[in-house]
Amino acid sequence: MIMWKDLFVQRKYATLKVTQKSDLAKDENVNAENIDVDMFTKCPSCGEILINMDLESNLKVCLKCNHHFRIGGNERIDITFDKGSIDYFDTNMKSLNPLKFPNYSEKLKSLSKSLGINEAVITGRAKIEGLDVCFGVMEPNFIMGSMGSVVGEKLSRMFERAIDMKLPVVVFCASGGARMQEGMLSLSQMAKVSAAVKKHSNAGLLYISVITDPTTGGVTASFASLGDIIIAEPKATIGFAGRRVIEQTIKQKLPLEFQTSEFMLEHGFIDMIVERNKMKETLHNILKIHLGVKGNE
Amino acid sequence: MNDIEIRIKEIDEKIKKIKDFMESSGIDLSGEIESLNLKKNELIKSLNPKSPWEIVQIARQKSRPNYEDYIDGIIDGFIEFHGDRNFRDDAAIVGGIGFIGKFPVTFISHAKGKNIEENVKRNFGSPHPEGYRKALRLMKQAEKFKRPVVCFIDTSGAYCGVGAEERGQGEAIARNLLEMSDLKTPIISVVIGEGGSGGALALGVADRVFMLENAIYSVISPEGCASILLKDAGRASEAANYLKLTSRDLLELKVIDGIIKEPSGGAHNDAALTAKNVKKVLIDTLNELTKISVYDLVEKRYEKIRSIGVFLE
Repeated sequence: MIMWKDLFVQRKYATLKVTQKSDLAKDENVNAENIDVDMFTKCPSCGEILINMDLESNLKVCLKCNHHFRIGGNERIDITFDKGSIDYFDTNMKSLNPLKFPNYSEKLKSLSKSLGINEAVITGRAKIEGLDVCFGVMEPNFIMGSMGSVVGEKLSRMFERAIDMKLPVVVFCASGGARMQEGMLSLSQMAKVSAAVKKHSNAGLLYISVITDPTTGGVTASFASLGDIIIAEPKATIGFAGRRVIEQTIKQKLPLEFQTSEFMLEHGFIDMIVERNKMKETLHNILKIHLGVKGNE
Repeated sequence: MNDIEIRIKEIDEKIKKIKDFMESSGIDLSGEIESLNLKKNELIKSLNPKSPWEIVQIARQKSRPNYEDYIDGIIDGFIEFHGDRNFRDDAAIVGGIGFIGKFPVTFISHAKGKNIEENVKRNFGSPHPEGYRKALRLMKQAEKFKRPVVCFIDTSGAYCGVGAEERGQGEAIARNLLEMSDLKTPIISVVIGEGGSGGALALGVADRVFMLENAIYSVISPEGCASILLKDAGRASEAANYLKLTSRDLLELKVIDGIIKEPSGGAHNDAALTAKNVKKVLIDTLNELTKISVYDLVEKRYEKIRSIGVFLE
């Protein structure tokens, strides 16, 4: 693949300092007008400076160290499902503020405006290389992908529709857990979605849970851990309790690999780790075997 | 209506009469109304004497009745069973069989100790995954022998530690939620003290969920919520107000089905009386649930779990 960086940077010799726009403006030798810092992204894992266009064409995976950047729900849908095959469910469902939790209504309003979606999960029906599934894709940027009443209801309805349509389900998890601002209503969604998963399972249908960075708390302790098949992206954080909480409880530093996909694979809680550029193909292959369709007929 | 509520009603009527009289006569008696309102507010306060934060303190009282008091007070011939048949026995959850009235039941409870030795043994009532797996094993056994399951919830939360994560705390809780939603025998859950998050819910998917009057049930501890959302763990009492974690709030939000009365001041003032109140509710509920066919029971349980939540569309 030809990369943009190869066209105008001699990688061997080039060193590039990451600077903020404000720093550039202060430096008299640099004309800030001519440098667009939005063109580059620094990899949080290896520190490599990546050209955004290259990063995008590599599905937001670092070209040097394979770090999988977090991606939004709509980006995930774009790279997973066939173009033009998507039928969205319950797009108008919105959260209320049943506990009258301070600042919650404002937060919901400003997030749905800035992200252009109403809640932390997108659900629907789509095709993966021609094979039908119902799906849920969580949005990690919407209050940390946390689960309140709407996330629970949308996912439960999606599982119920999948039962009616006799379709498998794929859920991309990314969540900080149950949403504090809806209190016990949020916690109850864990039971609600798990009950819907059970119903779907009782109907003999396949549920694939795909765990992406980060999946913790009440989502780990419900549908994320309940797939017939559980796949994770490399080095995603997966766990129940937060790392900081555990460190405070046991008064020790935890090793870096603790609560990663690799850790969960080793301990027997996920089936496989799949890189982002192989995800669509892997899902398709698993679906194919469940449908008993060999080849592409 | 109790005495206080009757007196409040009387005051309301008096205020209305005075207002009518003021209108017809033109004589200003607003001072009278004000003093009556003050009296009324005091009565309302005595009717709702405790703030959520005060209730949190009662729910966490060391002397509050625990699993042992309820086994003594409610269950005849209790026999305890141990182990998850996989890793080890977790003393933070106690389970076994016995009779509640005429009903043979499987009884499962978080186990908080009342002194430091017992709390060390029982990990302060915070289970590891094997505790939840023991609970699930006993529930499946109850299903096989068509015994109702009674779960008591009393934990600050599932344990946060390395071993717990290595052995799949999240999976263990998730599995309980999934299996309980479909267990083919009646399930009753009672929050007796603290209901801390997912670690509590893992014993809380039931046909009927009750709370003792001064128990709490919350998605996160008030301290945790304060430190994350209010950026100050010291504001826990304020967070307790926001979280709606009291039995009254949760009945209103339809998260629970009923509240069990405690002796005045709290359950710790009279463990035997509290156990008696709980036993009555359990027997009434067992009478009701054992009359329903298992098919209908599971369908209704699903609808009940499914209906919790508030949203707009």
